[in-house]
Amino acid sequence: MSDVTRAEIAVVAVAELFRGDGELVASPMGTVPSLGARLARATFEPDLLLSDGQAYLVDGDGTVEGWQPFRKMLDTIVPHGRRHVVMGANQVDRYGNQNISAIGEHDRPAKQLLGVRGAPGNTVNHRTSYWVPRHGRRVFVESVDVVAGVGYDNAAKAGAAAQRFHDVHRVVTNLGVFDFGGPDHVMRGLSLHPGVTEDEVAEATSFPVDCTGASTSRLPTAEELHLIRDVLDPAGMRDQEVPS
Amino acid sequence: MADKRTTVDDAVAELRDGMTIGIGGWGSRRKPMAAVRAILRSPVKDLTVVSYGGPDVGLLCAAGKVRRVVFGFVTLDSVPFDPHFGRARESGDIEVTEYDEGMFGLALQAAAQRLPFLPTRAGLGSDVPRLSPQLRTVRSPYADGEELLAVPAQPLDVAFVHLNRADARGNAQYLGPDPYFDDLFCLAAATRFVSAERVVPTTELTEGGPVQSLLLNRSAVDGVIEAPRGAHFTTAAPDYGRDEQFQKHYVDSAKDPERWPSFVDRFLSGDEAAYRAEIDRFATEVAA
Repeated sequence: MSDVTRAEIAVVAVAELFRGDGELVASPMGTVPSLGARLARATFEPDLLLSDGQAYLVDGDGTVEGWQPFRKMLDTIVPHGRRHVVMGANQVDRYGNQNISAIGEHDRPAKQLLGVRGAPGNTVNHRTSYWVPRHGRRVFVESVDVVAGVGYDNAAKAGAAAQRFHDVHRVVTNLGVFDFGGPDHVMRGLSLHPGVTEDEVAEATSFPVDCTGASTSRLPTAEELHLIRDVLDPAGMRDQEVPS
Repeated sequence: MADKRTTVDDAVAELRDGMTIGIGGWGSRRKPMAAVRAILRSPVKDLTVVSYGGPDVGLLCAAGKVRRVVFGFVTLDSVPFDPHFGRARESGDIEVTEYDEGMFGLALQAAAQRLPFLPTRAGLGSDVPRLSPQLRTVRSPYADGEELLAVPAQPLDVAFVHLNRADARGNAQYLGPDPYFDDLFCLAAATRFVSAERVVPTTELTEGGPVQSLLLNRSAVDGVIEAPRGAHFTTAAPDYGRDEQFQKHYVDSAKDPERWPSFVDRFLSGDEAAYRAEIDRFATEVAA
């Protein structure tokens, strides 16, 4: 399967984030995360709940199976915790702090982004992963400008209530899969995508990231490739997020 | 029996400089844009705008109406960022109170329930408390002893929301998939205006949708405004979806300070009837 693209590897890596999640709300933000979540549901995690991006929960065949307006999301689904979000990130640091709010000084930012959105609530209430389509030093920084998503050091400083359900699970990028299982919860490599070297990751990351124990990310199975290419993303939207 | 019908300009005439106003909807979804356009035409300024922000926030910033924005995000949904809001932030022209989305809802809920605060986990460990140093925590008096964030109530002087249907007394109905937080905005406010696509006899409300779609009862509404396409260019499903071509035109114009005055001249310098005529003409042009 030498014709497998980096985007397809990334979709499978995101799908793997949901392995073992069972019956909870998967909230993927972005093309590759959405494809990954739908691939997981179509294969090894059939009980995942997925929204249509608006107010409905929609089954794999398009059947509406529930109502999930924004208020329900914020009042009960996030705080109740049966959810796994995959958010984007403009910046991520070694402890898993994430920024989607603004770049620079908050009083007068060099670049206004979205605002913190739901990142503070997500990260202290349930499992959170991140998707970074272009792994580079501008994203993986020494320290984020605004802590929107809470990392391990800040959760510890904020005390038991912030740590109780805090669970920053993985970061998937176009280069590999990372977690925060290093000493003091620092980011480390779990698997690098086929063809990616440790040097390439080091070059693209502003802080040291230990990849000595990293394996090679797995290839899609024939069934997964068929689902990605023919069923879930026949228009090839994934290639716009991760060029080959 | 009170007839609360009024016009969008009469409603906006009740605003005073420095007021705190809540704007319903979410992002670029069912925003009371006719009311926003009326504010643009009015002399009012120095507003504190409380909003799950979209083009409402962008337009008010562009017109110099805003002193502070209380927000969790500002987005146009199909376009991630609003250029006017970005420029207002990057030039340091406005102050902000930046909340987690859930904290924002709790601030309205506390005001609606006449409570000083509501506790939440959301915000702990993030920069939200650092950026709003007036925020305090509260410790559970029970065995768990958890220390949570105490989100202060966010009362509003005036709320503007846009729904699909209303009657003249202020009962109001959403017919799309999501009520957003419009009832909380009204319950948190001293004065409440609902604009609607159509003002109908009360009997038509339950003929048009299930009783659960009656989001506002008349005790939560002071003024009713009939405003067809009053959410344009945001979505007001099922009456209409977002006008993506017009939103793109807004974004392209907003990005370029040279082009923005001609957008204002064409679309924002007359009344709502002139606006509707002009967006019809725009739709014909892009179709041609």
